[in-house]
Amino acid sequence: MEPVLIGPSNFTLLGIPTVIFSLVIPIIGVGLFTYIMAKRIAPLVKAAPDDRFGDIPNRVINVVKIWLAQWRQPRYMTGGILHILIFFGFLSLGIRSTSLVIVGLKEGFVVPGFEGVIGHAYNILKDYAATWVLVACIIAAVRRGIFRPERYDVPKKYGHDHTGEAVFVLGIIATLMITESLFEAAYVAAQVQAGVKPDLAPATIAWLFKNILVGKPTETLQTLHILSYYIHDLTFFFFLCFLPLGKHFHVITSIFNVFFMRTKTGNVKPVQYGVEDDKLDELESFGVKKLEDFTWKHILDFYTCADCGRCSDQCPANAVGRPLSPRFISIKGRDKVFENYPLRGDFKKSEPLIGDIYEEDEIWSCTTCGACEQECPIGIEYIDKIVDLRRGMVDEGMVPQSLQKPLSAIEKRGNPWGKMEKKRADWTKAEEFAETCQVKILDKKEKADVLYFVDSVSSFDDRMQEIAQATARVLTAAGIDFGILGKNEKDSGNEVRRFGEEMLFQDLKEQNMDAVLNSGVRKIVTADPHAFNALTNDYSGLPPVEHISQVVAKAVKSGKLRLKMIEDESRVYTYHDPCYLGRHNNIYEDPREALDALEGIRRVEMLKSRDRSFCCGGGGLMLFYEPEEEERMGVLRVRMAAKAGANVIVTACPFCLVNMEDAIKVAGMEGKMEAIDFVELIDHHIIR
Amino acid sequence: MEILVCVKRVPDTSENEIEVGSDGQDIDRDDLVYSVNEWDNYAVEEAIQIVDKVGGKVTVVTVGDDESEEVLRREMAMGANEGILLSDDAFESSDGKGIAAILKAAVEKGSYDLIMTGAQADAGAGQVGGMLAAMLDQPYASLVNSIEVIDDKKLKVGREIEGGNQEMNEIQMPCVLSIQTGINEPRYVGIRGIRKVASVDIPVLGASDLGIDSGSVGNAGASVKVQDYFVPVFGDGAEMLEGSTEEIIDKLIELLKAQGGLK
Repeated sequence: MEPVLIGPSNFTLLGIPTVIFSLVIPIIGVGLFTYIMAKRIAPLVKAAPDDRFGDIPNRVINVVKIWLAQWRQPRYMTGGILHILIFFGFLSLGIRSTSLVIVGLKEGFVVPGFEGVIGHAYNILKDYAATWVLVACIIAAVRRGIFRPERYDVPKKYGHDHTGEAVFVLGIIATLMITESLFEAAYVAAQVQAGVKPDLAPATIAWLFKNILVGKPTETLQTLHILSYYIHDLTFFFFLCFLPLGKHFHVITSIFNVFFMRTKTGNVKPVQYGVEDDKLDELESFGVKKLEDFTWKHILDFYTCADCGRCSDQCPANAVGRPLSPRFISIKGRDKVFENYPLRGDFKKSEPLIGDIYEEDEIWSCTTCGACEQECPIGIEYIDKIVDLRRGMVDEGMVPQSLQKPLSAIEKRGNPWGKMEKKRADWTKAEEFAETCQVKILDKKEKADVLYFVDSVSSFDDRMQEIAQATARVLTAAGIDFGILGKNEKDSGNEVRRFGEEMLFQDLKEQNMDAVLNSGVRKIVTADPHAFNALTNDYSGLPPVEHISQVVAKAVKSGKLRLKMIEDESRVYTYHDPCYLGRHNNIYEDPREALDALEGIRRVEMLKSRDRSFCCGGGGLMLFYEPEEEERMGVLRVRMAAKAGANVIVTACPFCLVNMEDAIKVAGMEGKMEAIDFVELIDHHIIR
Repeated sequence: MEILVCVKRVPDTSENEIEVGSDGQDIDRDDLVYSVNEWDNYAVEEAIQIVDKVGGKVTVVTVGDDESEEVLRREMAMGANEGILLSDDAFESSDGKGIAAILKAAVEKGSYDLIMTGAQADAGAGQVGGMLAAMLDQPYASLVNSIEVIDDKKLKVGREIEGGNQEMNEIQMPCVLSIQTGINEPRYVGIRGIRKVASVDIPVLGASDLGIDSGSVGNAGASVKVQDYFVPVFGDGAEMLEGSTEEIIDKLIELLKAQGGLK
């Protein structure tokens, strides 16, 4: 069949064969893209090492689930669906765009394997894809440009608004869709005029253009055919080279970023990959002080950030007006990489990041709750960066006075209040408690099956000692042979490590490991999720560790613990997921199951629950830090509980309880709302 | 600028439960943890900041036993360049004048433009700085809460005055300053920092090295001696509230209400 229009490979313009453009545009485009990418890869090469090549099965699963299936996108429904449409449109149109480049060189080129039915089906698919991408782009542009959802706002201190770039790129994508369709529509219209009856998928933009163009003079169709081809060709290569210059870099990097993302939660990266704990003393510098101290994955994170603002929308520190917005940790990092590694000219010398792009208070504001990482649709990490920046600050002595005291107390006494070691087990001697419950203090002679790791707050805080006592009573009721370490127990160091004081953490870990292993226990139980997390994810070589909610859930199921009807039926309970139990350790169901075993309990869920739980304000050393903030996280949280219709917040973490009880007072909700620990509630309801 | 900062190892009040010992001469020192005297720590930070700005060297010195070396190392981890430990059995139980005399001998072995002490230490006497200045015949400013270097001869120092007032002075160097807390924000010293300076040599000077007559310092030379050490008995009308913090607050409110202090 004779072609009805001359294609770009055979067309001549003013005597010049346009095939020259078909050749030159891709060569320049690919050449420029390669150059830009080489410049972008340079900082990755100079960055600190990172170990991201293990656990391949989970990495592949992440790519399939989080990247390909866009798993986290619908957590924000409107933006998520628009993204899914554009994402799958791009994937579908990839083959078409590539083959179009070759069509410019060779008339009638068809991708091998696409000659028959497959090619036919693909043509229908790509026409619909171009259509839905165009529609999604228009909706997205209206949404970004007119409705302007709040989470895209750029606070003044972080520079100018980003709407321009977003809408510009949507415009580029729309141009690609329109020109691709027009190129085809002009040809099909000419075919119709030549009496060929081509089939074009109905209700696509190509189909719409065809209907408009049928009846137009052949010269017009020929011009449109060629013009749309070269606009598409130019736009395509412009877009390719534009991607690595801003937030649309994620189009290229996200698949890698998701592949290399964290596959384990609750842990913190070592000070330096490849350096064992006992060799840390030999390191010249600790943590991240300048750009190249970040690992290559963390630089890749900066490149990959799509500026969607979901992290900051979920960040509790951001919500209460602390000077931290995870989104801008990435954006500022990315801009710094771009500035120090310019496309033209020499690479710049790195300056300290603190005081330049990051502020001390910004980095101390993070509670390491993990909400940002849980939300990021493309696997960007924040906790390790924050911890590494803190390690750098600790190494330089930049630690707020409010944190220096508790750190020094932990160093000297093993607890942040500086209380005497010998008083660590005093909660077991309280008169009323000791009458009904005996707690063994494990040593060379006294042995037990299970160790109850109490940790500092439950050992020393007047109120939280009640959690320790309730835990001891519950363990006793469940028939578990347990004991505590007493003065040999030191702070678990969960926050010591996350606040960047790695060497102090190593000391605590060593002392606790010795004490636990010498006690000869077979299992460890704790009621403090921070201790649970440290013992599980930061220590190694310990007996298995369980949180008390897991112990209770099991004991209820097996019948070892029998629970009464709920005492007060007028109360409505809501369970607040502690970050270090839920998000970091995936324990969501055990506490809920155990609570639901209380017959007659009225339990409601807060809007933000399970992996979207909202941090209470932070535990461990965060209790001592004095942040700049407009409001307390706990106050927001107790209001969320009230909104859910609850009048009792059940937590499963002593720090959550401290923060909730304070927040209830600050919010003036005493009498209307109360907070109780999970283990206390269970303890009240045991049939003994 | 050559700066000497005098520091002292003291029991940490926030991390100890201080009780008077059975002999009634001192507190019970079993089971205590020690740190550098808080005022001295501010002085060292200030010295480091001055040297960072104008160049020079910071030396820290202490009078004490072998264990006092740890506070020197801590301050060196902070950024002090050198440490000197003044230690001799003859120095034990020195009074304030004795300590000042030992320090004076150490000062004279070097050449310092500026000497700093904390405004006071655990005993709360606040006398060493002033005595040291007098013995050296140098100008002295006490309770200093700001220092600005004018040139290599003069400093501008701020002093905290009763009632929250502030006084600014010009002072000629060499001089002695006693430093008030709050003059700066001392940097953090982590375990890693201390380990880095763990093997740095710290010279130990005794009475003979300093040319001090053993009889003029220590217990023998002390003209002020502790006679007794006790917790005062409650006077009439004094009452100690006991219980948890909340219970104490409740009782206090009750008392205030009962006495008409709260309405």
